[in-house]
Amino acid sequence: MKVPITWLNDYVDIADLNLEELAKKMTLVGLEVEEIRLVGMPMPPGEKHEFKYAGLSWPEDKFVVAQVDEVMPHPNADRLVLCRLNDGNEEIIVLTGAPNLFEYLGKGPLDKPLKVAYAREGAQLYDGHQPGKQLTTLKRMKIRGVESFSMICSEKELGISDEHEGVILLDDDAPTGMPLVAYMGDAVFDVDTLPNMVRDASVLGMAREIAAATGRELHYPDDSLTATGKPIQGRAAIQIEDPELNPRFVLGLIEDIKVQPSPYWVRRRLNLVGMRPINCIVDATNYVMLELGEPLHAFDYDILLNRAGGKSPTIITRTAQEGERLTTLDGVQHTLDAEMELVTDTAGALSLAGVMGGEESEVTSSTTNVLLEGASWNFINIRKTVSKLKINSEAAYRFSRGVHPALAELGVRLSLKRMAEWGEGQIAEGLIDNYPNPPADPVVELSADWVNASLGTEIEAQKIADILSRLEFTCEVESDTIRAQTPPHRLDIHEGVIGQADLLEEISRIYGFDKIPSRRLDQPLPPQSSSEELVMEDDLRDLLVNLGLQELIAYRMTSPEREARRFPPEYQAPEVDYIEIQNPISVERRVMRRSILASMLEIMEYNSSLDQRLALFEIGPVFNPVEGQQLPQEKQMLSIGLSGLRHKTTWQGGEPEVMDFYDLKGVVEGVMQGMHIAGVTFRAGEHPSLHPGKTAEILIGETVVGVMGELHPLVKANYEMEEAPVMLAELDLDAVLGAARILFDVEAVPTYPPVLEDLAVVVDEVVTAADVENVLRLGGGDYLAKVQLFDIYRGKQLGEGKKSLAFSLTYIAPDRTLTDKEVLKLRDKIIRLLDEELGASLRS
Amino acid sequence: MTEKEQALAELEKIRSEALAVLADVADEEGLEAWRVAHLGRNSPVMGVFSGMGKLDKELRPLMGKAANEVRQTLEEALAEKRELLETAALQNMLTTEKLDVTLPGRPVDRGRLHPLTKVLRRVTRIFGDMGFQVYRSPEVETDDYNFTYLNMPPYHPARDMWDTFYTKRDGVLLRTHTSPGQIRVMRERAPEPIRAILPGATMRYEQLSARSEIEFVQVEVLVIGKGVTFAELKGTLDDFARRLFGEDARTRLRPSHFPFTEPSAEMDVGCFVCGGEGCPVCKETGWLEILGCGMVHPVVLQYGGYDPEVYSGFAAGMGIDRSTLMRYRIDDIRHFRNNDIRFLRQF
Ligand SMILES: [Zn+2]
Repeated sequence: MKVPITWLNDYVDIADLNLEELAKKMTLVGLEVEEIRLVGMPMPPGEKHEFKYAGLSWPEDKFVVAQVDEVMPHPNADRLVLCRLNDGNEEIIVLTGAPNLFEYLGKGPLDKPLKVAYAREGAQLYDGHQPGKQLTTLKRMKIRGVESFSMICSEKELGISDEHEGVILLDDDAPTGMPLVAYMGDAVFDVDTLPNMVRDASVLGMAREIAAATGRELHYPDDSLTATGKPIQGRAAIQIEDPELNPRFVLGLIEDIKVQPSPYWVRRRLNLVGMRPINCIVDATNYVMLELGEPLHAFDYDILLNRAGGKSPTIITRTAQEGERLTTLDGVQHTLDAEMELVTDTAGALSLAGVMGGEESEVTSSTTNVLLEGASWNFINIRKTVSKLKINSEAAYRFSRGVHPALAELGVRLSLKRMAEWGEGQIAEGLIDNYPNPPADPVVELSADWVNASLGTEIEAQKIADILSRLEFTCEVESDTIRAQTPPHRLDIHEGVIGQADLLEEISRIYGFDKIPSRRLDQPLPPQSSSEELVMEDDLRDLLVNLGLQELIAYRMTSPEREARRFPPEYQAPEVDYIEIQNPISVERRVMRRSILASMLEIMEYNSSLDQRLALFEIGPVFNPVEGQQLPQEKQMLSIGLSGLRHKTTWQGGEPEVMDFYDLKGVVEGVMQGMHIAGVTFRAGEHPSLHPGKTAEILIGETVVGVMGELHPLVKANYEMEEAPVMLAELDLDAVLGAARILFDVEAVPTYPPVLEDLAVVVDEVVTAADVENVLRLGGGDYLAKVQLFDIYRGKQLGEGKKSLAFSLTYIAPDRTLTDKEVLKLRDKIIRLLDEELGASLRS
Repeated sequence: MTEKEQALAELEKIRSEALAVLADVADEEGLEAWRVAHLGRNSPVMGVFSGMGKLDKELRPLMGKAANEVRQTLEEALAEKRELLETAALQNMLTTEKLDVTLPGRPVDRGRLHPLTKVLRRVTRIFGDMGFQVYRSPEVETDDYNFTYLNMPPYHPARDMWDTFYTKRDGVLLRTHTSPGQIRVMRERAPEPIRAILPGATMRYEQLSARSEIEFVQVEVLVIGKGVTFAELKGTLDDFARRLFGEDARTRLRPSHFPFTEPSAEMDVGCFVCGGEGCPVCKETGWLEILGCGMVHPVVLQYGGYDPEVYSGFAAGMGIDRSTLMRYRIDDIRHFRNNDIRFLRQF
C-alpha cells in the first residue's frame, strides 16, 4: 500500500524523523518500504541511502503558493490566457493554456483570488506535454510574442499524479507566498504489507506500528458527529440471515448532500495513494477505507426507497440463490452460487457483499441522500467468492483477509463526518447497528519467564506489558504474569498456546530483533544417523565428475510430446500416466517428467554445436504415478550422455577420434568400479531409443539396473544434432547405490613376480569377448590374476565368420613364484576348456 | 745427442704433437679418432713400448717410466677434453632448445558439478558441521503437507504468498517450498530432538524471466527441542552466514510473516559485493536478503507430533538459486536449467 507521510503524521508525530530514519523504523517492525517517492520533499541528508527514491523535490525558492488575481486574454492566441499572479513577493504576468482557468477569463479582478502552485524560472519539473516523467527546466522564452519564464503547475508537472487537464487550484486557505513544499510537500512510501498484517493496510494501522516502534502516542481521528437531520431510526432496517458470514452491519444516513469535488487536499491524498478522486461521497468512503482499513459502501437512499415502493427499505444480507445474477458497478454480470454472500433489499440483490456494489443502487451525480453501509464479513467466504468470480477490489482485498467488526461503526461515523464536511449534507441522528456475532478478542495470559525463555532475553513483565499496550492491547500485570486483551481492531490473535506465540511475535518485533542476543545452539545433539543414500549419491556425483563428466540439472516439468521424441517415429509407445499440472505455464511444461533420457537428449540437442565434446550426467527423479497411491513414486535416476570427440583438438593436430559405445562403457565400468559394485555384467539388449546392435543391458548379479548404447539413427533424426553418434546410458540409482559397497576387501599387493603370457583365441563371430574371458578365468582359476584383451583380428587366414581375440594373461601365486611347469599346466587346461566350451582354437 | 737424449726427445715430440692435435678436436667423433690415433694400439706412444726391446738394457727402465708418463698425460688430457666437450654440448643444448611457453597446454577433459550443487554443498557442509542431518522429502506433495499442516488451512489468505502449481489429482500439488519436509521429519523423529536440513527442488508458478524461475532449489533448516530460543535461531544463522559469506559478514533480521513460524523474520546479509556501500547487486540498499526464518508455529509442532507446551524450535528456508546468482553475479536465473555448456564450464 502507498502511504503519504503527511497523512501518517495526522495520527503519529513523525515530523522530526527524516525519511531514511522513518523507513528504517518501519522496516524493522515489519513494514517493508519498497520505494519512497518524493512529492516535493527534499532527499534526506547524506550521500548514501538505504532505500530507493524516486520523484521530484520542490526547492523552497523555486516553488511557492501564489494567487491569481485576474485572468486576461492573450493578445495573439485564443488557446492561451495571461494571469496576473502574485507570488508573495511581486506581481507577475504568467502565461498558461490551462482549460480550467478559461472560465475566469474576462471577469476582471477576481473577488476571491485563485490559489495555485507556482514554479519560478529555473525550476525543474516534469514536462506536462511529454508522456511519462520527463524532467525539464523552466527557461525564459517568448510564446506568441509574450515573454514567459515561469509556470502555474498541473499535478503531472509536480509529480502528484498523471493529471494534466488543468492546473491545480488549491484550497482557498492556502497562504500566498508560502514555499509549496511547506504547504503540501510530501513523500509517498510504497509499503509491502504482510498477509497477516491486513490491519496495517491503512494509514492508521501503519501509524500504530510506528507509534509502537518509537514509543510515541497514537492519535485516533476525531469521530464526533454533529447530527442535524431527522433520526435514522425507522427509516431503514437490517436483517442478517447468517451471522457467521456477516457478524455486523451498520447503517448511517446523510441527506441533502451536494455531489461536488472534495477539497483539494483530499483529492491530492487520494491521488498520491493511487486512487482516483470521484466526488465527495465516493471520496469520503475511499478516504476512510484508506485511513481506517474499513471498506464502506454508499447507496443512493432514494433508489432504495423507490425499490421498496416508497416504504423504508430493509437491508437483508443472505447468500445468493444458485444461479442468481448481479451486475456489479464495473458493468460485469455475475452468475452467483449458493455460497456467495449478498447485500439485498426486498426487491433483490444490491451488492456482492464485501466485494463490489451493484450497478443499480450506485451513487450518481444526481444523488442527494446517501445510506452508508459499514459491515464485516467472513474472510474465508469472501476469498472463495473472489476466487470463483475472478473479481477484485480494494474492499475485497481487505475483507478477504479479515477486518474487525468494531471498525464498521467507526468507519461509518468517520465517513458521515467527512461527507458532511465535504458535501455539506445533514447527518441523520443515530446509526442502525445490527451486531449479532462479535469476535472473542481473546485474552492471552503469558509469563515474562516464558517470553524470556522463548526469546533468550531478560525483559521484565512490565516492559512486556508496555510493548503490548503500545499496540493497544489492554494489559494487566500480576508479578510475572501478563494478561493481555486483544484490541478491537485485530482478528489474528488466538487463544491459548497459539495466542502466546502470536503475542511473542508482537513482543519480539516491537522490542526489536536486533536487541535479542545471538547465541549458539545449546541443545543436546539428536541421535545421529546419516542418510546413507544421500551420502552415496554425492559420492557418485564426485565419481562422475572425476570421470570427466559435467553435471546437469534439468527441468522436472515437460510435456508428453517432448518425451515422445526419444522414440523412433513409427514406434508405438505404451500409454503412460503422467502427473499432469492443472495450471501449467505452457503446454510445453504441463506434466512431470517420466524419462531422464528425454531431458538428457534435449540438453544434448541444445549443446550439440556448442562444444566438440559433450560428456554429461544428471542425477534426479522421474515421477511415476502409482495405482492406488495419491503421490507418485519419485524414482531417482542417473543419465549419462556422451557425444563428439574423445579429446578436444589441439594445435598439435592429430586425427580426431569420435567417442563410441566403448567410451560410454568405460564410464559405466568406472562408475561400477568406483562404487565397488561386484558382479557387474553386460549383455546385448534392446531399447526403443537405441541402435539395436549397439545396446547393452547393465546387470548387477541377475538384476538389470540400466541400459546403455548408441542413439538410434531414427531417434537422432528427431533432434537437431551434429553428425557424431550419441551415446546414452540410463541407470536406476537406487539399484546402483544399493549394490555399492562402502566396506570391501583390499587384495594384498603381490610379493612374488607374475608370469605373463599372451594367448590368441580363434572363435566364431557369435562368441563374445565375455564368453572367452569366462572360459579363461575358469581354466586359470585363482592363479589367473588378470585378463586383458589387447587385439581383435579378422582375416582370410582365419576363414569366414571367425575372429581372433588376443588376451594378455597374468598368473600370480600369493605364496611363491610360479614355475614354468605350473603355468604350462594351467595353459593346457585353458586350451582344453576353450575347445570344449567354445570350439575355439589357438591362433598359430 | 746420446741415444737417451734422442729417445726422450722422441717421446716429447709424441706428447706435444698429440696434445696439439687434441686442442683442435671439437666433437665426440674427433675425440674417438684422436684416442685411436694417440692412445690406440698403433699409436706412437704404444710404438715406444713395443720398440723397447731395441733399446739399451740400461735405458729400458728409464724409458718405460717416461713413456708411461706420456701415456698418462695423454689419458688425462683426453678425460679433461671429454668433460669439456660434454659441458659444451649440454650448454649448447640448453641454449638452443627453446619452447614457446605461450602455446596452450593439452586440455584435460575435466568434469564439473552444476553450480547449484556446488553452492548447495557448501551450505550442507556448514550445517553438517553443526550436527545437522540431511533428509529428502517428496517434490510432488499433498495440499495438506504443503499448506494445511503448515498452518494454512484451505482458503487461508497466506496461501497467496505462493503461486502454486496444482496437479489434476485431487489434493496433490508441486511443492512450493521445502517446508512440507519439516512435517515429514517431525513425524519420523518425534519425540526426539531434531537438527535437520532438507535440500531439494521446489516449484512456483511464475512467468519465466531473468529474475524468476518456475523451478528452483531450496534448503530447509529445522531445529526442534525443549527450550529452543529465538536467540539460538539468531546465533545459528549468524554463524551460518559468516561461514558462507565470510568472517566479516554483517546480518540483520527483519520481521516478516510465514504462517508456519511465529515470530517470523527475514535475514539480510551485508552486501558482499559492495561491502554495504550500495551497488546494483543489492539494488543500492547495501543488504541482500538471503533467507526466511522463525520460531516453529505451535500448530505446526502439533501437526508434527510435538506438544507445543513442551517443545519449541526454529526453521529457516533459503533459496540456493538466489545465493548462487549473488555469489557469482549471474545475470539470468534461467542459465541454471538451460544447461548451456558455455555457462556450465565456467565453474
Ligand atoms: Zn551491494
